[in-house]
Amino acid sequence: MEQVALYPIDWLEERSGLVGGVKYFLFRKVPGDSDWFHTLGSATLTAFLVQLVTGVILAMYYKPGTTTAHASIEHIQHQVTLGWLVRGMHKWGASVFIILMFLHMGRVFLFGAYKYPRELNWIIGVLLLATGLFEGLTGYLLPFDQTSYWASVVAININGTAPFVGPYLASLLRGGAEIGPDTLSRFYSIHMLLVPGALIGLITLHLYLVVRLGVSSPPWSDEAAGGTPEPEPPPAQAGLVQPRPRGASLRGRPTE
Amino acid sequence: MERHQPPPSLWPVGFAVGIVCLLVGLVVSWPAAAIGAGLAAVFGFLWARDVVRVRAGEAPLSADEEPSLVPALPEQPGERYPRNTFLEGATLGLGAVIGAVVTLPVLGFAVLPAFKGQKQHEVDLGPIGNFPEGQYVVAVFLRDPVQGDITRRAAFIRNNGLLKGVPSFTCISNRCAHVGCPVQPGGPVFEDKTKNVKTANGNVMLVPALPAAGFICPCHGGTYDQEGNRIAGPPVRGLDRYEFLIRNGHLVLGNLYSVAKVTGTGANAMIYKDELHGPGQHVDGPEAWLYPLQPPH
Repeated sequence: MEQVALYPIDWLEERSGLVGGVKYFLFRKVPGDSDWFHTLGSATLTAFLVQLVTGVILAMYYKPGTTTAHASIEHIQHQVTLGWLVRGMHKWGASVFIILMFLHMGRVFLFGAYKYPRELNWIIGVLLLATGLFEGLTGYLLPFDQTSYWASVVAININGTAPFVGPYLASLLRGGAEIGPDTLSRFYSIHMLLVPGALIGLITLHLYLVVRLGVSSPPWSDEAAGGTPEPEPPPAQAGLVQPRPRGASLRGRPTE
Repeated sequence: MERHQPPPSLWPVGFAVGIVCLLVGLVVSWPAAAIGAGLAAVFGFLWARDVVRVRAGEAPLSADEEPSLVPALPEQPGERYPRNTFLEGATLGLGAVIGAVVTLPVLGFAVLPAFKGQKQHEVDLGPIGNFPEGQYVVAVFLRDPVQGDITRRAAFIRNNGLLKGVPSFTCISNRCAHVGCPVQPGGPVFEDKTKNVKTANGNVMLVPALPAAGFICPCHGGTYDQEGNRIAGPPVRGLDRYEFLIRNGHLVLGNLYSVAKVTGTGANAMIYKDELHGPGQHVDGPEAWLYPLQPPH
C-alpha cells in the first residue's frame, strides 16, 4: 500500500530532484529551544499567500477605471458568491500582513538574529518592509471611494514634500500634474504586477538565506552558549522522515 | 583571485559626468541633455576602448584558475586584436544596444508623464452677474468634462467690484497647502440658494457662503483668512489662486499659481505670486531652497 503512494513521488524525484529539495526545506534542523516567536516569519509568509490568492480572485471581478472601480467593488461585495468574504479577507489580510511583518522584524532585532552572517537577510527584510508598505499604499486607492481617494491625495502630496525630487516623485506617482484616470491605472499595475513580482523575488531570496544560514537560538539559549550538549539524533527510520545531516543548523556559529 | 585591473583613468569620471548631465538636462533643458549624451558617448567609448585593450593584453591564466571553455586563439603575426575578443565585445555591445532599444522607450512611457506639460483647462463659470459683489461664492465645477467627475474641483470666488474700470475677482483654490485636503468655508454655506449654471464646462454649481472665520481645513485644522493667507495650523503657505479672465461677460478661470503672501484685501490686494507648488512645499523662507524645480503643470 505504501508502495502505491510512494511510487509517483519517487517517479518525480528521479526525474527532477524536487522532492528531495522539498524534504530538505521541510525537515531541516532547527535549534531545539526554538519558541513561538520563531513562527512569526512563517505567519507573515502565510498572510502574504492569503493576499496573493484573494487578490487574484478579486482581480477577476474588479474593473479598474475611475467610473467603474467603485461599482465593481459593490458588485463583489453584494452580488458575487462569497465575494464579501474574499474581499474582507483581502482587506483585513493586508493589515495582518503589515502587523506580522513588524512583529517579525521586532523579534529578529530583539533576538540579535540580524548579526553575522545574517546581515544580508536583514537588509532584504527591510526591503520587504518598504515594498510591502508600498503595496498597501497602491492597493488603498483601488476601491476609489472617498476614503481611498483622499488618502491617496494626502500620501502622494506627502511624497511631494521630499527635498529636491519631491515634486517629481509626486508627479511620477500621479502620472501627471493632477490625480486622474492615469493615476488609478498606474496604481493598479504597480499593485498587481510590479510589487508582487518584487515581493515574490525578495521573499524567495529571504527564505533561501534562512535555509542556508539556519535559524539562530533565542538570546537566553543555554544550548547555543555551549551549555547543554546536543542530544544524539534518533537512528534512521524507514519512511519519509529522515533526519538529514546536511540540514544542520548553525547554532550561532558562522558557516565555513 | 588576482584579476588584472585597468590602470586608473579619468574616462569613467567623464562618462559619469556625461550621464549626470544627460539626466539633469532631461529635466531642465534639451541642450544640456544633448551635451550630456555627447560627453557620455565620447568618454564611454574611450573607457570601453581602454578596457578592451587591457583585456586583450591580459597575462595568461594562472594554474589554479579554471581553464576557459574556449581556448585562446594563437595570435597570428600582424593580428593585434584576436577574433574571439572582438566577437565577445560585439555580442555584448549588440546585446546592450538591443536591450536599450527595448527598455528605454518603455521606461520613458512610464516616467515621462511626470515631465510633460499637461494642458491646463479653462473653466467657464458663467455670467459675472451670478457673483454678487463683496460676497464669497463656492463654485464647484469639472475642470475637464471629458474626463468626468475625477476632475471635479471647488474654488472660492468673490467679486471685488471694479478696479480702474476692470472687474476684479478673488479666485481661491480649495486645496489645502498642507497635504491637499479640501478646505471648507469657516461660516455658513447657503445651500438653499444654490444656483446651477450651464456653461461650456458642463454644470457649474454656485453656492453663496459667508466665511467669517476665513477658510478652515477639516483634516488637520489648517486655517486661512479671507484672502487665503495662512493664519493657523500645519500648512506651510497660503491657499493657491486661479488666474482669471472675463470673456464675453463670463468669468473664466485659468491656471493655478501658488502665493507667498497677500497684503491688503479685495480689489486692492497685493498678491505675491509664485510658480505652482504642490501641497507641503514652501515658497518662501529658507525651506523654499528645498524645492528649486517643479515639473511642468
